[in-house]
Amino acid sequence: MTLLVIIAIVTLASALAAATLGNLMHAALNLVLSFLGVAAFYFFLDAEFVGLVQVLIYVGAVAVLIVFTILLTRRDEEKKNGLPWGGVLVAFVVFGGLIWAIVKTPINSIPTPHLATLPVHRIGQILMTDYVWPLQAVGVLLTAALVGALILVMEEKP
Amino acid sequence: MDLDQIFVIAKQQVLAWLTGAGASVGVVQVISSLINIAAVLAVFLTLFALISVIERKVLARIQNRYGPNRVGPFGLLQPVADGIKMLIKEDIVPRRADAIVHFIAPVVMCAAATLTLCVIPYGRNMTPVAIDGGVLLFFAAGAPAELAVFMAGWGSNNKYSMLGAMRAIAQMVSYELPLLLAALPVVMITGSLSPDEIVAAQGHYSFGTVPHWFAVTPWGAVAFLLFFIAGLVESNRTPFDLPEGESEIVAGHMMEYSGFKYALFFMAEYFGMFAVSGLGVTLFLGGWNSPVSWLEWIPSYIWFFLKLSVLLLLFLWIRGTLPRLRMDQVMSFAWKFMLPMAFVCIVAAAVWHYAGRGLIGWVWSLAIVVVAYLPLTKLLWTGKQFAVRQYRFAE
Amino acid sequence: MFGAGILKGMLVTASNFFRSYYVKERLTTIPYPEEQRITPDRSRTIPFLVYDGEDQEAGLRCTACCICEKACPPQIIYIVPSRDEKNRLLKHPKVFDIDTSVCMECGICSEVCPFEAIRMDQVFELSTRERFESLLLHKSDLAKSNGYYHQLHPTEAAADDAKRAAAAARKKKA
Repeated sequence: MTLLVIIAIVTLASALAAATLGNLMHAALNLVLSFLGVAAFYFFLDAEFVGLVQVLIYVGAVAVLIVFTILLTRRDEEKKNGLPWGGVLVAFVVFGGLIWAIVKTPINSIPTPHLATLPVHRIGQILMTDYVWPLQAVGVLLTAALVGALILVMEEKP
Repeated sequence: MDLDQIFVIAKQQVLAWLTGAGASVGVVQVISSLINIAAVLAVFLTLFALISVIERKVLARIQNRYGPNRVGPFGLLQPVADGIKMLIKEDIVPRRADAIVHFIAPVVMCAAATLTLCVIPYGRNMTPVAIDGGVLLFFAAGAPAELAVFMAGWGSNNKYSMLGAMRAIAQMVSYELPLLLAALPVVMITGSLSPDEIVAAQGHYSFGTVPHWFAVTPWGAVAFLLFFIAGLVESNRTPFDLPEGESEIVAGHMMEYSGFKYALFFMAEYFGMFAVSGLGVTLFLGGWNSPVSWLEWIPSYIWFFLKLSVLLLLFLWIRGTLPRLRMDQVMSFAWKFMLPMAFVCIVAAAVWHYAGRGLIGWVWSLAIVVVAYLPLTKLLWTGKQFAVRQYRFAE
Repeated sequence: MFGAGILKGMLVTASNFFRSYYVKERLTTIPYPEEQRITPDRSRTIPFLVYDGEDQEAGLRCTACCICEKACPPQIIYIVPSRDEKNRLLKHPKVFDIDTSVCMECGICSEVCPFEAIRMDQVFELSTRERFESLLLHKSDLAKSNGYYHQLHPTEAAADDAKRAAAAARKKKA
């Protein structure tokens, strides 16, 4: 239980740092830390596969992408703006809505269902039988993104 | 006295003694994990020290000279001298470098490299972390290594470091795809991501002498080759060591590191090499199984380390032979050759499996692999003629 | 076939590796303190003073003419000629110091000497434990026998001996 609390605090603190730090690179690295925290939560929920895929995709690909973007786009030295008050208002409203939704759910009255840990090959079976159409749709989407990226960077042959 | 299970039995004795001495279940679990960690670290730190001196001696003999032969018999105590040297060096941090990022980079790199060593089965019942998605944990734990390279390059506040780091990350990200795709046919045929099951699936023999390793099948041989080459790239070894090429960019992303932090980077690179070789042995070379059925009395961990040594010697041999590839050559090799070849391997593996894994399956998968190889090599052919050099002024 | 070149290269390196163990001529490294490199006849390091015969003092060829002192580019030779009781110059140096920490081993002192007295040595193991005193060589350190000179530079030593014999014969005739 204490481990869960510690991981929760680390994740929240790093997410807060990622959102508010002035130094962009430090913010990106804190985002990576929050991704790792979320992966730890997945491990606590016995979802090993999802946790590992979270690390592989988010930390291995998305974080590298973010870091490259920060590196390759020109930016001036950090300007010290004030807090964006409109954004703070929207954040508070969304936070209030989420808290209301969580409080309204009857968490404590439903007994915890005892689910068997889903083994990996069962996930594979479900993906290939029940969820094959979403899988193919995601494949087409990724291919489209790849082709689009290639077209954007390809130079015209003279 | 089962020599094969001697370490497992020893650990069980220690834990039984602890439980008998009144320790609670949680403490016993923690002690069990600590014993695993200590064993893995002890073995691989010793192997790291040994490989660093053997590499220098093997490279030297290939180049017709002696290697280090002054410290200890045949120079084998050279790592001790190197370790002491690294420890007593002054730890220089550039003044305008990002201190936190600069400090954390070698730590993350070492942690990522060491974590990948935990899922490899070193012997029968000897996997430190035996979870269901072991192969996936290997690749997931290797992901922060790229971030660590980037942090090293960024934190040094040096444009050459940054260049080296970007080249390193471009290379590592491009070759992660062929690495994963080369491991995919094995996972597909076995039907499981757990390294223990993959090793168990390779434990049979035909006629008692031909092992059922995946590297013996045509798609397995090609997939093993692709996996090995991608492993070469992931650990930044020659011929893909442009990010840390000593004659080009001094040490790339590790340029501003001195003393023990440099030793940590060095160690992380070698641990990456060990981990990739270990996974290669597990996936393709049958793990801790013996090659012939009448040699099964040799303990399983001995077989594993023999096969691991063969792969490591192959790493060293290639380092002694090949020149460094240019960055655009590295990229074109990954995207034009290795990726399509990996896809072809998956198709060949599927054909082999659905043709009943018999002779027909062998012939068909061999045909698919060979037929795909020939046009793919045409893609890499640059058509440059290597003619006798013409000199304009030196006649 | 693609990849055949790499395999051929790997076979070459493997054969190199194995042959380096039993074909000893392939290893051109000279393991230094155990074996010394054979230096060519004309290689030189710091100068030394030649003496004929057994006695270091009496057989010293140097006559303290001070030509080498004046010719030395970094001016590291310091000569005090010895004088007899009536303060006349004797043809023998009392003090002959060379500061080898500055010596650039050019050989000019050896070229200009009219008496074949100062020649170039071949020692290179000159490191000492402290920086100044031990590298200042005095006459007793610098004096080495003609036999040693013959061992170092045989042709030069033979030519020097012939020249000295011819000069002695001319003096005797005159």
